[in-house]
Amino acid sequence: MFTRSVVTIRLSLIFTAAAVCNGLFFVSAAEVEESVRAIRGIGAEGKGQVEAAKAMQSLRSADAKSILTILMAMGEGNALADNWLRAAVETIAQREMTKGTRLPMLELGQFVLETSNPPRARRLAFELITRVDPVTADRMLTGMVNDPSTELRREAVQKTIQQAETSLAESNKVGAVLLFQQMLGLARDVDQVDSIAKSLRTLGQTVDLPWTLGFLTQWKVVGPFDSTGGKGFAAVYRPEETLDLGAEYDGKTGKVRWQTLAQTEEDGSASMNKPFTPLKGAAAFAYTEFNSEHAQTAELRLGSKNAFKVWLNGKFLFGQEEYHRNKAIDQYRMAGQFQAGRNIILVKVCQNEQTEDWATEWDFQLRVCDSLGTPLRSSALAKAVIAPASGGKL
Amino acid sequence: MTRIFAFLVCLTPLIAQASDWRQFRGPQGTGVSDETQLPTTLDAGKNLAWKTALPGRGLSSPIIVGDRVFVTCSSGANQDRLHVICFNAGDGSKRWERQFWATGRTTCHEKISVAAPTSASDGERLFALFSSNDLFCLDLEGNLLWLRGLMKDYPNASNGLGLASSPVVVDGVLVSQIETDGEAFVVGIDAATGLNRWKIERPKKANWTSPLLVRGAKGKMVVALQASTGITAIDPTSGNELWKYTEGASTVPSSAVRGDTLYVPSNGITALQTSQDGAPFKQLWRATQLRPATASPIVVEDRILTLNDAGVLNCGDTIEGKRLWQLRLKGPFSATPLAAGHFLYLVNEKGLAQVVDLSKPEGEVVGELDLGEPIIGTPSIGGGGIYFRSDRHLWKIQKT
Repeated sequence: MFTRSVVTIRLSLIFTAAAVCNGLFFVSAAEVEESVRAIRGIGAEGKGQVEAAKAMQSLRSADAKSILTILMAMGEGNALADNWLRAAVETIAQREMTKGTRLPMLELGQFVLETSNPPRARRLAFELITRVDPVTADRMLTGMVNDPSTELRREAVQKTIQQAETSLAESNKVGAVLLFQQMLGLARDVDQVDSIAKSLRTLGQTVDLPWTLGFLTQWKVVGPFDSTGGKGFAAVYRPEETLDLGAEYDGKTGKVRWQTLAQTEEDGSASMNKPFTPLKGAAAFAYTEFNSEHAQTAELRLGSKNAFKVWLNGKFLFGQEEYHRNKAIDQYRMAGQFQAGRNIILVKVCQNEQTEDWATEWDFQLRVCDSLGTPLRSSALAKAVIAPASGGKL
Repeated sequence: MTRIFAFLVCLTPLIAQASDWRQFRGPQGTGVSDETQLPTTLDAGKNLAWKTALPGRGLSSPIIVGDRVFVTCSSGANQDRLHVICFNAGDGSKRWERQFWATGRTTCHEKISVAAPTSASDGERLFALFSSNDLFCLDLEGNLLWLRGLMKDYPNASNGLGLASSPVVVDGVLVSQIETDGEAFVVGIDAATGLNRWKIERPKKANWTSPLLVRGAKGKMVVALQASTGITAIDPTSGNELWKYTEGASTVPSSAVRGDTLYVPSNGITALQTSQDGAPFKQLWRATQLRPATASPIVVEDRILTLNDAGVLNCGDTIEGKRLWQLRLKGPFSATPLAAGHFLYLVNEKGLAQVVDLSKPEGEVVGELDLGEPIIGTPSIGGGGIYFRSDRHLWKIQKT
């Protein structure tokens, strides 16, 4: 009797293992939801990793219908969990497609069309549809030029750009210009915006690229402060303690006061070399105000080759002590809580003492965007406040 | 039946074979293969086993575990879609692909890409690291076992030019060296769970070199960490420092290793013997004439070979570092050369593969193959073939 039980248990283990391997053993909807919850609990430095790994083992055996449940669990602000869930979806989809099982195409399509669903989850659903039915997927892109998924929007915009190029090839210059101009306002990826701007300029149109991308171009700056030996990044200068646009400070080369930064570059850069000359071992501050129509969380997106720190309404957001490695639009994305009305943005930007030709840049570029990359523009109020020299305390 | 069950459970480890190439520069990180049947004259018509398209950019080396080839890529407008792909070594067909979203910054120099670090494997698991500091552990069937977003954990650990250091796995610990101007550390991550076993702070300075395994005292393997300050040897199970060489080193080409000797890009090349009883290391020689440029040096038997900025191959002896000969090749080179037998395999940035016969008195180019696309990544050798990868394709070259 004992021997028979042992054999039965062993047989059960073998068949269970084989069933799992072949995808024949599906977990219940409740188990899927429980596993998804465990994965969403993942945190910093591997917190919840062991639990997530166990949950993943369960999800691997879930059926094709579970894909929708898993997709719905994405987009809760936990990027690590999203990657776990993405892997679960791909594992299930690959297994089911290998077996010849149909994915729930209608439900996936409806999930994509519902724009309130998580953007990345919608994109993943779209990719599953593309694998099964690329023609339908391509047709679905029509009308997605204003989609909240940057990836779906990008493809839809690209299709329209191709239409504009076709118009141009057919000598319909006006048609091409109109389509390019339409896409200039809808594209969110910087490379796509840049490409459209080039096309429009080639067609004789004027494009204000800094404005299109929403770079903040109205600054008051003060400096240079002494940052010999790179001390400026960690040092706390007086503008970091108290913002007073009428104040005078001891600078690197004498007394310094706030001044208006009159020019910006084509790429939206605010250059410290212009007001302060190309100094080495120096730090400067740039100040602007941003008027938000309502309280909102938005992203401050900064690019710089120089060490920097950023504050929003006096709250430190992020800083990076790196010099002359690279600069790119949206290189650093910092979430900030904007209040309704006036918001104060302060940037410290430091220059080191490298002497190579390629180490002369001392600037930054900054814009405020929603999570999609849509530029948010300050209302006229903020411009009015900053335009004249202000002598009062903030 | 117990046997069947055991077979099922143990199936994955059986896939691994002796001719694996499981990390950057292969077994022990030497760049030297024991393959004896590689082609040397390189004829596209005869030697191209297969060529397959890749879905994104990358300069990580392919790694080979049994009959599988693993490659990483990055794609998308911001290079923030990360791909881990498994191909069949036999015919280049895709077994599986997993994609992830980068959780860290993806800005890179145009020659680097987010898929720059080479993956590592312990024969059962694949550890895929990207410049965004996203680290994924999958089994060989593509099942995600754990992941880490190391830039989420350590937000200043980024480099605007991109990161390229490749991890090594030893004694159940994945050692990853992430050193930037803003934040620098080496972390030992438990290969089974993905949790930190240890983490040590490092000098804040951008560094693209990879950790290297070298035989230390009493034959125990230690991890050599290279940085601008020199070499630090650590115990991979604890992260404890064992010894230090402090006369500086390059932050681009990594050291070469053979047995118990490190050949460090330091003041040219400095040879350090590491298994000394009672002493941390012994400096054998220093050769300024052998200074390497971007590609890492390689030791083939009793020769050390380096590539300089002008595309000249320098050959020195490993006894005293004396330069023996120089051979001008068609450069420039970013990829590190590999060797099998007395042949050296190189590929330049334009995608021209070259084979040098090291048995000739002053070296001789015996084979060339124009792959027709820029290649920055170091190739790999395994299963009778050489694998090259570009931003768009993966090639397998083998003898027919």
